[in-house]
Amino acid sequence: MEYEPVIGLEVHAQLLTDTKIFCGCSTKFGDMPNSNTCPICIGLPGVLPVLNRKVVEYALKMALATNCSINTNNGFARKNYFYPDLPKGYQISQYAYPIAEHGHLDVELNGGKKRIGITRIHMEEDAGKLIHDEDKPLSYVDFNRAGVPLIEIVSEPDMRSPEEGAAYLRRLHEILVYLEICDGNMEEGSFRCDANVSIRPRGREEFGTRAELKNMNSFRNVQRALEYEIERQRNVLEAGGVVIQETRLWDDYQGVTHSMRGKEEAHDYRYFPDPDLVDLSISDEWIEEIGRTLPELPLEKRERFISEYGIPPYDAQVLTTSRDLADFYEQVAECCGNPKIASNWVMGDFLRYLNEEKRLVRESPVTPRSLADIINLIEDGTISGKIAKDVFEEMWKSARPPGEIIKEKGLVQITDTAMLEAAVDEVLKANPSQLEEYKAGKEQLFGYFVGQTMKATRGKANPKIVNEILRKKLAGL
Amino acid sequence: MKLNQLTIHELQTLLREGKTTAVAIAEAVFSRIDAVEGRVNAYITTAKDEALAMAEQADRSIGEGALKELTGIPVGIKDNMCITGMKTTCGSRILENFVSPYDAEVVKKLRDAGAVFTGKTNLDEFAMGSSTETSWFDIARNPWDLDRVPGGSSGGSAAAVATDECIAALGSDTGGSIRQPAAHCGVVGMKPTYGRVSRYGLVAFASSLDQIGPLTKDVEDCAIMMNVIAGYDEKESTSVPAEVPDYRSFLSRDIEGWTIGIPKEYFVQGIDPQVSSAIDGVISDLEKLGATCREISIPHTEYCVAIYYIIAPSEASSNLARYDGVRYGFRSPQKEDLLDMYKASRSAGFGAEVKRRIMIGTYALSAGYYDAYYKKASQVRRLLRNDFDRAFETCDVILTPTTPTPAFKIGEKADDPLQMYLSDIFTLSTNLAGVPGIAVPCGYTDTGLPLSVQFMAGHFQEGKLIQVASAYENNASMEKRRPEL
Amino acid sequence: MKLSKADVEHVAHLARLNFTDEEKDTFTSQLNEILMYMDILNKVDTSGVEPMTHATSLNNALRDDVRKESLGTERALENAPEEAGDCFKVPRVIE
Repeated sequence: MEYEPVIGLEVHAQLLTDTKIFCGCSTKFGDMPNSNTCPICIGLPGVLPVLNRKVVEYALKMALATNCSINTNNGFARKNYFYPDLPKGYQISQYAYPIAEHGHLDVELNGGKKRIGITRIHMEEDAGKLIHDEDKPLSYVDFNRAGVPLIEIVSEPDMRSPEEGAAYLRRLHEILVYLEICDGNMEEGSFRCDANVSIRPRGREEFGTRAELKNMNSFRNVQRALEYEIERQRNVLEAGGVVIQETRLWDDYQGVTHSMRGKEEAHDYRYFPDPDLVDLSISDEWIEEIGRTLPELPLEKRERFISEYGIPPYDAQVLTTSRDLADFYEQVAECCGNPKIASNWVMGDFLRYLNEEKRLVRESPVTPRSLADIINLIEDGTISGKIAKDVFEEMWKSARPPGEIIKEKGLVQITDTAMLEAAVDEVLKANPSQLEEYKAGKEQLFGYFVGQTMKATRGKANPKIVNEILRKKLAGL
Repeated sequence: MKLNQLTIHELQTLLREGKTTAVAIAEAVFSRIDAVEGRVNAYITTAKDEALAMAEQADRSIGEGALKELTGIPVGIKDNMCITGMKTTCGSRILENFVSPYDAEVVKKLRDAGAVFTGKTNLDEFAMGSSTETSWFDIARNPWDLDRVPGGSSGGSAAAVATDECIAALGSDTGGSIRQPAAHCGVVGMKPTYGRVSRYGLVAFASSLDQIGPLTKDVEDCAIMMNVIAGYDEKESTSVPAEVPDYRSFLSRDIEGWTIGIPKEYFVQGIDPQVSSAIDGVISDLEKLGATCREISIPHTEYCVAIYYIIAPSEASSNLARYDGVRYGFRSPQKEDLLDMYKASRSAGFGAEVKRRIMIGTYALSAGYYDAYYKKASQVRRLLRNDFDRAFETCDVILTPTTPTPAFKIGEKADDPLQMYLSDIFTLSTNLAGVPGIAVPCGYTDTGLPLSVQFMAGHFQEGKLIQVASAYENNASMEKRRPEL
Repeated sequence: MKLSKADVEHVAHLARLNFTDEEKDTFTSQLNEILMYMDILNKVDTSGVEPMTHATSLNNALRDDVRKESLGTERALENAPEEAGDCFKVPRVIE
């Protein structure tokens, strides 16, 4: 029996606002526990929430970027349950009237594209952090995170393989980061993913019973968990069993999912509209204004790079991993007029130096203009490719443009044929035995003569011309 | 007359003319507290040292010529409103030792206006009740008859004002909790329009119904207090940015030509004859002042109780979920695990009435019932509100008794279901519709218990309430008394 | 549609409250009262009526993304029943 997986993903993304969703406390990660709290976010008696406008803006941005329709009238509801990290005994979320619904994302897969539906996006507040004591039956609560704004993005169960799931997740992630509304840091918990997985016999329309997977803290773990769970469910069904609807936790260490059955009870959240918050009425003007601020999104940018600059998809993928990198590349490409070479340099030396020093693109000591200059200097023969590597290193260390460095160090490539002929003659004269061997047929020595000429000219000779001269001279012997 | 027996406006005159000091006023108030508080129990916390310090500061301000709306006036604050550094218990064991790190917005406004805080007044636990009998800190008693309740839930505030243990007080009203105790204690009590006075710092009971309001000795004092506490607060999303008129400007305006609506659904069987007779007296007085009283209808009145008993407990059950022993408040010493701690703390920390309402509310919101219960009740609520909107198109204010009977004896809940029904609908309707209401003394029973008349007006028409109440007060054929305590 | 004792126990658990058997019996009848109120409300025709979930017709109460003063760890923990270092301490959830 062939089974087909059906996967839906729920992502919680922490928004990069300065302050929390309903109070003016800082959202900064890593501060001393409970230092970023106030009566409102620790749920003291008598406090009231007031919505942060920026949260709505960011939610609208994501909604537009994922082709959702905006619910111009939307509101907040209370999700009631008891847990120590939930200060009010309820989470303020959106239930019946989320801010956006019915969107989609196109995901690049195996050279093609697949459209994944997005059921809804809604705003809500994050809970605090609960840390369990390792020995004693105690837990500790830090409310710095309580009230940090989240958007929850729920996909349609449109994915049919772990690869599709991972690809969708990456797409969602890069959009959030491009929009500058989330830093997408899975380790720090600013981008979290839960999965709903079921399998069904291929060709069947009804969905099988699904399990909810939690505790996957990296893209790789999401994929591993999905793979494991699909296999587990297949084994259950093939053994004649039934898949149980339950929540399962991914165990990264053992590589399995564990059932939470028995530990978890069906929650009755008793949703009702929050009487302390008034409804949102989103005007067309606001939506248009947000639309105008949207940057070019990664997929569109990649497609444009491919068509406009003629670079291969792989290059486009690497160059658009961040907006800053893509912008940097474009400036280089425009200035130097050779997009493919620009791409090689940016993907190559530039990224290598950047990563070694763990710098951000905007912290690069080399400007796009400088990089374009060095490319042009190679193209027009002013310096050789080999010299260029040294020049680049110096550009990086001293943050100076290549022209300056070349001038200072006298690195201009020698193209004067007379000089080069003289140099070649010198080399041939100084290496008579090798010359004899070459004439006897040891053709590999050609490279040796080139090398010696380069050495003699301290690398400044134009290798192409040296090659030509050598060939002519040796042929004439 | 002793200083503590005077009104805000009388004291303001004395202070302005330099004939007394804030400290003298505060000392008079605390002297009275010493004398009667043991019998009345209007306060959960008295704050003599803090009050005297505030009074000294007030005298310094006066000396510098900076006399503000309430400089030097001792005010009692119901113990469900937060004051920095003071306990806010809500009359509950679960908050018995909770000290707030912040001021409620109204407290801040009173502070900025120079008021002196006498302490935190007694209330039904979490404002749930109409007699102050459910307070964890012992019952408050009616100064007019210590065997009777002062009403509730703002019973402490009403009693304190009635017996001059403060000059004025703040209360909160979710279903009548300012107006009903004001009625039973013979003082003036106003519930403003929903959204008129900030709820920030008021411990929530039912969020869509709660309002803070003043309890005072006369209508002029009510106007003075309203001038200070009313107004938009950006810390409350449901605060309405409507301009605050000078409520004092409505005093002593005549009501010639006014139409006063008498809702027929409120004048049915079950009203104590002495109450009826007093209300007839009010109607007669108002007509002498040139107003016309005519019958109107609030057709959905009969549904008030049902609407309230679904909505208020539902919201309350959610509002009280934060009392879980984690971050503050009572935590049971018996706590083997988290679930145990939650249940033991909440069960021991809350009283029976609060638990009852939490149960009702939790049930009403539980799986599958939202549409059937809460939503349905909210729809009928809108119909009731529409009734009021329509009614105010044809009358300036509505008149009803505040309560169907005078104050009842402690321990004796009304046996008569009709009386219970009426005592509910008289006050619940205004909270459900969001309109303002004021309770004004209008006489006494033959045994000397206070009687009260209620006026209701359209949204943000507190000025009209001040106007009619003051017109009545100035020309009433009833004499003003004080409790003999 | 009458409530049973089991229903009451379920509601009590949702509300994190303990009750004695007598109290549970009392609640069974009290919660059934709600059903009575609902019968009353069901007599009203509310088709097409917008629920009054908010007492005002306001919308868009928004604030700017601007920092306000926080309490700081010490003041946040001032009323804590039990604390450990910078955190609130609670008994562990039984897994």
